[in-house]
Formats: sequence, C-alpha cells, structure tokens
Amino acid sequence: MSGSSKKYWKGIEELENHPEFVKNANKEFQEYLPILNKNEETGATHRRDFLKILGFGVAAVSLAACEAPVKKAIPYAIKPEEVDPGIANWYASTFVDGADYVSVLVKTREGRPIKIEGNKFSSVTKGATSVKAQGSVLSLYDENRLRKPQKQGKDTDWKSVDADLIAALNEASSKGGKIRLVTPSIASPSTQAVINEFVGKYNAKHIVYDSISYAGIVKANQKSFGKAAIPSYDFSKASVIVSIGADFLSTWLMSGQYAKQYAATRKLNKKNKVMSRHYQFETTLSLTGANADFRTPVKPSQLGLVATTLYKLLGGNIDAPSLELPSLKKAAAELLENKGKSLVVSGSNDPEVQVVVNAINAALGNYGTTIDLNATNNLIQGNDSDFNAFVDELKAGEIEAALFYDVNPVYNNSRSADIKEGIKKTPLTVAFAYSKDETSSEVKYILAENHYLENWNDYQPIDGFYSIQQPTITNIFDTRQFQETLLTLVGKEPDYYAYIRENWSTTLFGKQSTYLTFDDFWNRSVHNGVFEVAGASIGGSFDFVGDVAAASAAIASTYKIKSDKVELAIYVKAGLGDGSQANNPWLQELPDPITKATWDNYITIAPSDAKKLGITNVQGNTVYGNLKVGSKTAKLPILIQPGQALGTYGIALGYGRTVAGKVAMERNEKRGVGINAFEFTSLVNGTVSYSVAEVVLEKTDELRQIAHTQIHQTIMGRNIVQDTTLEKYKKIENVREHDENYQKTIVTSEGVQKAGELSLWSRADWKSKYNNHFWGMVIDLNSCIGCSACVVSCNSENNVPVVGRDEVSNARDMHWLRIDRYYSSIEDGKAHEDRDKKLMEEPADNPQVVFQPMMCQHCNNAPCETVCPVLATTHSSEGLNQMTYNRCVGTRYCANNCPYKVRRFNWFAYVENENFDYNMNNSLGKMVLNPDVTVRARGVMEKCSMCVQRIQEGKLAAKRESRRPVDGEIETACSQSCPTEAITFGDMNDPESRISKLIEEEKEGRMFQVLEEINTRPSLYYLSKVRNI
Amino acid sequence: MFLNRYKTFKRLSLVTALFLSFFAHFYASAEDAKAAIGDPAKGKELFDNNCASCHNVHKVMVGPALKGILERRKIEWIIPWVKNPAKVIASGDPYAKKLAADFQSAGVMTGFGALKDDDIKNIMAYVKEEETKTPDNGGGGGTTPKVEVKQDTTFVNWVLGGFIVVLLAMLVALLSVMSILRKYIAQNAASLAEEDKYILEDKTDWKTITSSTGFRFTVAFLVIGLIGKTTLDSLVSIGMQQGYAPEQPIPFSHKLHAGKYKIDCNYCHTGVRIGKHANIPSSNICMNCHSQIKKDSPKLEKVRTAYKTGKPIEWVRVHNLPDLAYFNHSQHVKVAGLECQKCHGPVQEMEVIQQYAPLTMGWCINCHRETVVKAEGNKYYDNLLKLHNQVSSDPMKVKDIGGLECSKCHY
Repeated sequence: MSGSSKKYWKGIEELENHPEFVKNANKEFQEYLPILNKNEETGATHRRDFLKILGFGVAAVSLAACEAPVKKAIPYAIKPEEVDPGIANWYASTFVDGADYVSVLVKTREGRPIKIEGNKFSSVTKGATSVKAQGSVLSLYDENRLRKPQKQGKDTDWKSVDADLIAALNEASSKGGKIRLVTPSIASPSTQAVINEFVGKYNAKHIVYDSISYAGIVKANQKSFGKAAIPSYDFSKASVIVSIGADFLSTWLMSGQYAKQYAATRKLNKKNKVMSRHYQFETTLSLTGANADFRTPVKPSQLGLVATTLYKLLGGNIDAPSLELPSLKKAAAELLENKGKSLVVSGSNDPEVQVVVNAINAALGNYGTTIDLNATNNLIQGNDSDFNAFVDELKAGEIEAALFYDVNPVYNNSRSADIKEGIKKTPLTVAFAYSKDETSSEVKYILAENHYLENWNDYQPIDGFYSIQQPTITNIFDTRQFQETLLTLVGKEPDYYAYIRENWSTTLFGKQSTYLTFDDFWNRSVHNGVFEVAGASIGGSFDFVGDVAAASAAIASTYKIKSDKVELAIYVKAGLGDGSQANNPWLQELPDPITKATWDNYITIAPSDAKKLGITNVQGNTVYGNLKVGSKTAKLPILIQPGQALGTYGIALGYGRTVAGKVAMERNEKRGVGINAFEFTSLVNGTVSYSVAEVVLEKTDELRQIAHTQIHQTIMGRNIVQDTTLEKYKKIENVREHDENYQKTIVTSEGVQKAGELSLWSRADWKSKYNNHFWGMVIDLNSCIGCSACVVSCNSENNVPVVGRDEVSNARDMHWLRIDRYYSSIEDGKAHEDRDKKLMEEPADNPQVVFQPMMCQHCNNAPCETVCPVLATTHSSEGLNQMTYNRCVGTRYCANNCPYKVRRFNWFAYVENENFDYNMNNSLGKMVLNPDVTVRARGVMEKCSMCVQRIQEGKLAAKRESRRPVDGEIETACSQSCPTEAITFGDMNDPESRISKLIEEEKEGRMFQVLEEINTRPSLYYLSKVRNI
Repeated sequence: MFLNRYKTFKRLSLVTALFLSFFAHFYASAEDAKAAIGDPAKGKELFDNNCASCHNVHKVMVGPALKGILERRKIEWIIPWVKNPAKVIASGDPYAKKLAADFQSAGVMTGFGALKDDDIKNIMAYVKEEETKTPDNGGGGGTTPKVEVKQDTTFVNWVLGGFIVVLLAMLVALLSVMSILRKYIAQNAASLAEEDKYILEDKTDWKTITSSTGFRFTVAFLVIGLIGKTTLDSLVSIGMQQGYAPEQPIPFSHKLHAGKYKIDCNYCHTGVRIGKHANIPSSNICMNCHSQIKKDSPKLEKVRTAYKTGKPIEWVRVHNLPDLAYFNHSQHVKVAGLECQKCHGPVQEMEVIQQYAPLTMGWCINCHRETVVKAEGNKYYDNLLKLHNQVSSDPMKVKDIGGLECSKCHY
C-alpha cells in the first residue's frame, strides 16, 4: 500500500468530485429555508405577510389570554406497591421476530414501556440487541393497531367471536372438513402445546410458514444428517469464516448472536494481535460483506459453484466446473490449516448448495466445534413445500377453515394471488393479527392480537435455552393473545399464564436442582428472563451421510461459470426485515447500514453497469427504472451501489405494502413505500428462491430523489478514519503515527508546528478542571459492524423526532448518532494486490468499507461553544459539551462551526404537527417518549448529550448510597445496545474503569481522535480498524 | 330624494356603530361590571361584627364561603336576601331554595334587617377585596359541605354576542346601501345642489384619525395591555406564581396533619427520598389512617370514593416547574439533607397549601451559590472535598462542584 495514498469517500459523487457535490460540500446546511421562498425574487418576508402574522398573533394571544391555565396533579387512586412515579422499573422479556431472537430488558416508567435493552443473563444473546428489537417498543404504540376483534370488517366483542368460532369449527370438524392453522415457526414450547390441543380437538393441521425461508438448510440437514433442523453456530470459535451469500451479521438467522460471537474473534490489543479471517462471496454488498477481509462479488448463478469449487479445492472429489477465483483458493488453503476452527455458511436457500456446504463443514471437522446440530435452532422450522401444498388446497377451495396467526402470506409469498383467491372460497377464515394487513383484511374474522410487550409466553430459541416473555403493560386495547383464544376454542380456561406455569412445572422444574420449590424456580426464571439447562450445549459430531455427488451434479446443471444474462438478487434489509414492522417510523427512517438510504426501496446497480446505462446519482438524485422480471414490472429508482456484482441488480424485501398503517403507506392509499419484492421470489424445487436468472432494466426519464444521508456530512477531504492491515499492525505499535494520511504538523506563520500543540487558549492544565468525573467514550472500529442498533437505541432514549422522507432529502435528519459508512480505495486506481484483479477495473466496483459511529465528540476545546452568542452550549465540569435548549435562540452558528457536523437543528416543530404525522403526533405514540428528556421545540439546536440524563441518574444513585459510581453502572444508550461491545463509555478520571484501562493500553496503539490536528481535544476516542489481509 | 335617503342611512349607520361599540364594550367588561361596589374598609368592620361567626370568604363554615358571591348572585338579589332570607325563600326563588336545602343542618340564615343597602354593598366590597388575597390560616374547618352553585353567565354572554352579530350585520348592510346610493349620486352629480357637493368629497380622513392623540393612546394602551397579560400568563405557565394557593378538591389541611399531628412528610409523600417526584399520596395512603379515624367524615367522601372506584382525585397542581427543568427531590432531600420547609415554606402552618418559593431559575441558582454541600459522611464527595480544600479555605458550595452548570437541570 505504500507509495499510494488511500482515499475515503462516502458516495460516488465524492469519489468523482462531481460539481454538484463540490458546490454543497462546504455548506453545513445544504438549502435555504423553503418557507422563505414564497417571495420568489428576494426570499424576504413580505410586508403584508408580516402584518397578517402580526394581526393573527395579536388575535391568538388575546384568545389564549382568556383564562390562566390550571394544571391538575393526579396521583394513583391506589398506588401499586412496585411502582414509584419517576423511577423506572425493569422487566425481563423476550423479543422474537422470525429468526431474530433477543432476550430483552424492558424499561417501564409509570407503567409504560419506553425502552428496550439487552439482557445479560442470557448466554445466547449476552446483552446484545438488534435494530428491530430496539424499534419494537414503538410498535406497541402503533396508532394503526387493531383495537377490537372484527367480524367482516365491523367491530365486535370477544364473546360473540368465541361463540361463532366454536360453532363454526365444530361444524367443520364434524363433517370432516379440513381445518388448517398457519403460523410462523413456533419456538415456544407452551404455545406448541396449546396448538397441539387445538389440532387434536378439531382434527386440524398445523402449517408452519416462515416469511423469509430457510427451508433449504432444513432440507439439506435432513439429507446430510437425517435431522431436519437448523443447527446453532458458534462463530467465536472460528478462525476462518467463509460465507457464501449469508448476511450473518445482520439479517441471516440469529444474526445478533452471531455478531457478538464474530466480534469476539476480532478484538485486538497489544498482547493479542490475532484475529479471525473472513471471506465473503456475495452479490449485493451486505453488512457482512462490508466487514469481510476478502469480499468477492459473484452473481447468484455462480453461488452454487462457489460451494462446489471450494469443496473441490479442499480435496473433495466431485464433478463440477470450477470457478477461477484467487480468493477462493486462498480461503481453501486456510480452511485446511484451521480444521475444526473454521466455519462455512451459506445464505442460499437451495438444499443442494447447503448439502455441499454441510459436506465442507463435515470434511473440516466443524461439527461439534463451530456447528452444533444437537442444540438446534428452533426459531426456524418452516417447510416451503408444506405451505405450498396448503396453498394448492386453499386455491382449490378444499379447506373448510383457515386460521392465520402472525403470518401475512398475501403480502410475503409469491403465490399471493392464489392465497387471496383461496381465502374467498373458504367458508371460515380467521386471522390473529396485530393490525390490518394484506392477509387479515381478506378474512372473515380478525382477532386483535396483543403486542409482545403485553403477553405471557415462553421460548426455546435453541435447545436447552429457555426464555420468558412477560407483560410489561396491561392490554392497551381490547385485544387478546393467540394462545388464550386457542384455549378458549378448545374449551379450556383461557389463562395462558397458568398454562405456562403448569407446563414448566412438569417439564422444566425437574431439570434443575437449585430451587426446591417451583415458585422459587419460576420467580427466578421470570426475574432473569431466561432459564438455561445446565450443560445444554452438548456438541458431538454427526456423520455426514449426504450424497455430495448428486448435489454437485444438480448444482452443475443449474449454476453457471459465466452468465451473460443480467440477474436479480432479492435481499433482506436490517431495518425492515420481512416488512412486518413497516409501520414503524424509526425503522423506516433508519439509514440502511450500507446504502444510507431512508424511506425507500430501490434497484441497486454496480457503478460500471450504471455508467453503461448512463445513470448518475448525485445528492440522491436519480431516475426510475423499469425492471422487467418475467411478466411483471417493477418501477423503482436506481441506486448505484459500489460492491454490487457486475451484471446484477438487487431489490430489498419488506417494502410495497398495500394494506398497512399510514407510516408504511406514506399517505398513499394504494401502495406504500417501494415495491413488494416478494412477488419476484419463486418456488424452485420445493424451496423459495431469492434470485431471478434473467431480468431487463430500462432507464426512464422520470426523476427521483432518494432520501439518503450518506453525503449529508462530508469529510471535506480530511482524514477522518484510520485503518490498517493486521500484517502491518503486527509490526508496529502506534498505528496513528504510521498512517500516511495522518496529518501531524500544521504550517503556521511561525513555521511548522505539531498540530496538537496549537491552541487559541492557554490551557496547559485543561484536564485539571475535571476533578470529579471526566466522561468519555472509546469506539473500536474493528468491532463496529455498522448494524445501527445504537442509532435506533439513541432515537428511543433521547426522543429524537422522525422527520420523514422530504426532510431527510433536505439534509435535515435529526439523528444524534449516525454511522458513517466510508468506502475506500487506493488513489491511483490500482487494485489491492490481494483482491481479484479482474473485478477491480473500477475503484468503486469493490471498495473496502469502514463504519464509523459519529456523534458529538464533546470537545474540550469545543468550536461550537466559542461561537454561541447566548451561551446556550457550554462545557461542564465533567467534560460534557452541554446543550441548553431553553437558552438557544437558533442562530446555528454552532452547527456551522462544528467540524464533526453532528449538530441538528429543529427546523420545525415535530410534535403535534400534522406535517410530521409520526408517533409524536398522536397521544398513543407519545407514550413512548422518555419523560427524563426534554422534547425539543422548533428553532433550537440539539445534539448528542452523552445521555446526560443517565449520567445524572447514576451519580444520584451513588450519592444516595454514599459511594462512587461503579464502572459499568452508567451506560449510554448506544454503548448499552451495541451487540459487539464496540462502544466503551466510562469515567476517564477513574483509573479502574474499563475506559481508562483501554485508553492507557491503546494510547500508543490503535487509538486516534477524529481531526486531532485541529486540536479540538474530543472526549471521544476511536480505535483503528484492522483488516486481516 | 336619494340625497335625503343617503343622509338618513348615514345617520342610522352612525347610531348602529355607536350601539355596537357600546355592546362590545359591555360584552368585554361583563366580568368587570361589579367593580367598585362600596368601601371595603367599612365592610370589614361590618363583616367582622355581623357575618364572621357563620361565614368565611374562602372556607365553608356554618354558611357557605362567600368567595365569588358577586359572580354567583347580583347585588339586587343579595340585599333583600341579607335583610330577610326567609322572605326570599318564601317567594319561591330557586337559588334561595337550593341554598336552604344544602345548608339544612345549619338552619335558615338570620336576617339583618338593620343593615342599610350601602352597608351590604360595603360588605360585598370587602368580600371582593378579600377574594384576591390568600386565605388566612386561622380557624378550623366547618363540617357542612360546600355548595357548588354558580350562576351560568354563559347565557348573558350569548345574548350579548347575538346582539353584536346582529348589529354588525346591520352595519354592513347600511354601509353597502350607502355606497350604492353614493355611486348613484355621483352619476347624477350635475343635478346636485352646491351645498350638498360635499358628499362627493366626503372621504374619511384616515390620516387625521391615526395621528390623533386619542387613537395613539388607544393603540398604545391595547398593546401594553396585551403584552402585560401575556407576560403574566407566561409567568404562570413557567411556575412563577409565588403565593398561588388554589382551592383543592378536598380541604386537606397540612396544618392539621403535619403541624398538629406531626406526621412525617415522607409518610405520605413517599417518593421524596428515593425519586424525582415527591408524589401526591394516593387514596390508599389516606385510607391507612382514615379507615379508622374520622371514617365517616363527609370531607373525606372523595377519598373514599377514589379508594372504592379506583378513579383518582384530581388535585390542582400548585408547584409547576416548566418541562425544561429537571428537578429531583431525592437529590435535595436525601443527599443534601434539606428540610422540606426550605423550599415549601412553613407547610405545617398552612391550612391550604400554597407556593412559598418563587421557583424561578434565579432562586434555584442563588441557593446553589450559597449552600454548602453536605459532603461529610458521603463517600461520593470525599475526593472532591479533598481537592477543594487544597485550593480554597472556604467551605465547598454547590457552585464549586458544577452546581451552576446548564446540564445539571436542563436536558
């Protein structure tokens, strides 16, 4: 790398220095206030407008002045013993959405859940949270959720529904009609028991349907080991990781758990300079690919051959064409060196590919070490062919009663039309649904379902690991959980809590010996949220009995070394997933970790392909394209995505809802945000395929601006991030000093000076004024995978408003914490020597990626503080850069002077404003607000406060108990939510704190500060990213 | 002919406008119509001698509290009532009958035939003056329930409003007729007599009007008035209402509970040492004692109802800190060891709770400047105290450890 400098860039326009980009680069605020543009010529307010406003103001004031406000103080009528107003209560519970399982702690204030955190008692998730889990608390207060059961679109009551359903089901079952209950995979033992009772009583059949299918893995394990299940993986034990299209850090299976394990293999320090090596072969640039040490873009039609070629390179004797990929050879060699300490995973849903992957892992001896097929993953059990058979029956009108629980196949299945048709032919159709969706709006009875935070339930995500879901709020509306309805239907007491307890006392109480009475055992389990059977992870190897030859023959016939066709890859996004939380504005506004786009669905395309089509993306401005997939056409904006495999396009799932809440529908009656890509999935050999072999994209002239945040805060050519290679890191101590881009000196009128020694202030002893605490944060870029859980966590903790697509386009997003995603490439355009050379014709075609969480740096020489004319932003004696909203008059000088571009201005009132019709515009949605944080008014500046409310709370707790705060007791929202422990927060004045030790250790190692040369002296430190190349 | 009609209409519209302004004024000042009814000083003497044994301005004693009586009743009603209540009741007056029924246990009020009309007006003037003051702390509470009878003034307002609307409509109609007539006259200007020509030049001279002292004074008065009112209201909204002692749904006496019986504040205000809010006690806390003591007291009816139905009592909030200020009771009470009285005043002497401190930022800051941190015995402060004593011989005050910083209270 020496001799050529590295260039970091956030978007193609920055790489190419597009004039439009250069024009905007120097502006903190990209546009003038549009409200002033009414007077076209001058942009000034008209005299008459002034008089009108004055007149209105006088009238409004005199009206409002009629009565002095009387505020009421309403105490509890009877105060619950455990609730004290103003003091939070925490309850352990469980979040499950598809394969996304998180053992959570729910913070409730005055009986309202307001925040989700990870539960450290769980040895599965170990305190990690995910984007969806963080956002789920807002879904509880979804204005569009169902409030009552409905019969044929009209509100009704539970009593009559129960009577109707019991009568109808009895009739159907007595004449031997087919009764089908469709649910997602049931990982809950008690729910399964309830379903079994229902199935037994009415002679029904239970169909398992997963919206995102993993049936290929289940089938392959059946073929390879005779066990139709998904194993549990342990990435922490793997030194070499090869992923063939599996986005295991973000969306594939239990990604939260895998991310934690993965990050554990990449923790570096002076003594431990060893890390895992990660190879990724994939089509669209995924979060996992972005973190890989070696990433190779491949077309979907090549993916199967990656597996077979790898198998051959490992010495397997099969007959299949080989892909000539240098990285594959390198991977194979390293896998052989790390037998039993490696892991190969594949995101393919083709059982044949998975059989070959199983064969590879078996040959490498990974079963029993990194893969455990005894501790199966129960979150996914779906079988695509079963469901397909059900759709056939449904379409033929053979079914007497169809019950859908927590599934939405009319939206997220390729046979949507058939299901819709079948539902019409079925005499009794029932949906247990949280809100009206594509499926529930078609059925006769909609049974309003609880939110998970209102439910009792139990889960067994992995064999031997149990998890409890407990209600944190009483039912807000007249809803009832599925299990209680089923109990009613089978004629039992609808007390599911008692049912779970009964179930646990017979099945689990005996599996432990710590507690002598069941009540003790139960209470402890509910308190901890989890119960883990001792020695649950059994391990043990399995004999591979699959037929690799047959599998590779099948692969050889369907996959190609080279395809001239342009292919489509359908992928899952971290925020929206399968689209069930599409009505959650936090998740819609969350910038996608890779594209940084919000509120949109788009076609991703490789930069070289875009050039051929004549497409540019400048400041998000692009054109629509018509993508022809078979007989269907998708009209979507085109987004240039570096890293996308040449000759392929990508579309995300989870968009294009047609019946959903108003956020998902974006005030459009017919179709919500984007296009439904589930329409383009198809059933191939009994499993759902997420790629299309041939598509045609036609560019249109219709313009579209994608609201993405990636180019909002430009780096102005400065060196913001630092990364190095493991090889180099092993040789050197101080990464910063060896970074050729690091600016050490500054030329002044008095000659060349060391950057850190220049200051406007003579504060040699600046640290001495912090004699109590000195709060700081260290962010390890080598651990940060860019998952964005911290961003949603910050929004939730700090009442950050949602501003909507238009305002994000205007660069007025309000996120206090953003994750900057930098692409990097070598300036001279030459490929990195270890990369696949032929793919590197264009620097943007397969760049390296660095993620950098960026928030207020709490500078100790803060540029913002010196320019505020009203002292609204000041420095505290604990090192915090304070922002006082009630003092701010909105000059925005601070934001203009902030080199980190982390200040956010309230251009509008986002509360009680119909133009921002999100959670802060209705009384239900406002219940999620954190009562300890001010809701900001229009015209004030805001920014990261380092969760000062948590600091104050923690300090007070210590003072009350006459002690100093214990390290780790006070955590910021971001550091607490981080699944990879990339963020360390603490008191830098406490020599025993983790942060002090970390800084001491890394001071001459990987530590750097952003823009150190301008001597702002931030309280935030970063640790360089190290690539294992 | 048109000329004459024009003149008539002009006169008519002037009269209408006059009426309109009169009604509008009356409408606006309907609330203040009872001002300056008599001499309060004379009234006080009369009140103390004749009325005080049964009435109090703020509290229900034997008879109803007199606060707001002038809003409930007209003076024309009050005078005959005071002179001879039995007669008014006998006359079938509904209000009088209701009053008699509500205060049945006290019997009919004694008549004061000896008082002159002016004496009664003076008493009322005293009552009116007293209304605006905070209640004194003397005297115990009576046992009879307070009647909440309030005459509906909305009807009068509606009538007045209706008049204004009708007059406005008339004015508009008249003006438009005038304008039509004037246009017609202008078309036939030639036939106009010389002395009537002025009509064509008759234009309202806005300049003279706007530059007149009267106009300027009126505008200035309105603007200043509005600004004043807005300022006062915003002060209320941010809690600057020192001495605020609103009437509460239950006549709870801190003087009795905290003063006489010396119940610890923390017994009812359970959050005061552990959390942000001191907490207004829930009805089950009241019922801890009142299920035994005074269990049939009619004053406690609302508490019993709340306890039974689970529908809480809606107290009027006295201390209104603005939302942008964070205040935590436990920091001040538990950690700093402050007495409640430091901010809440002599609560143990208050019959009705009132806002004692101004609760302004200046007041908070001032205390933080002067107060010495209670650091002894609290290990949190050990190192801070050591460092402070190294550089200063003054005791460590709140301001020395960041007590004046913005983010201590605003976030």
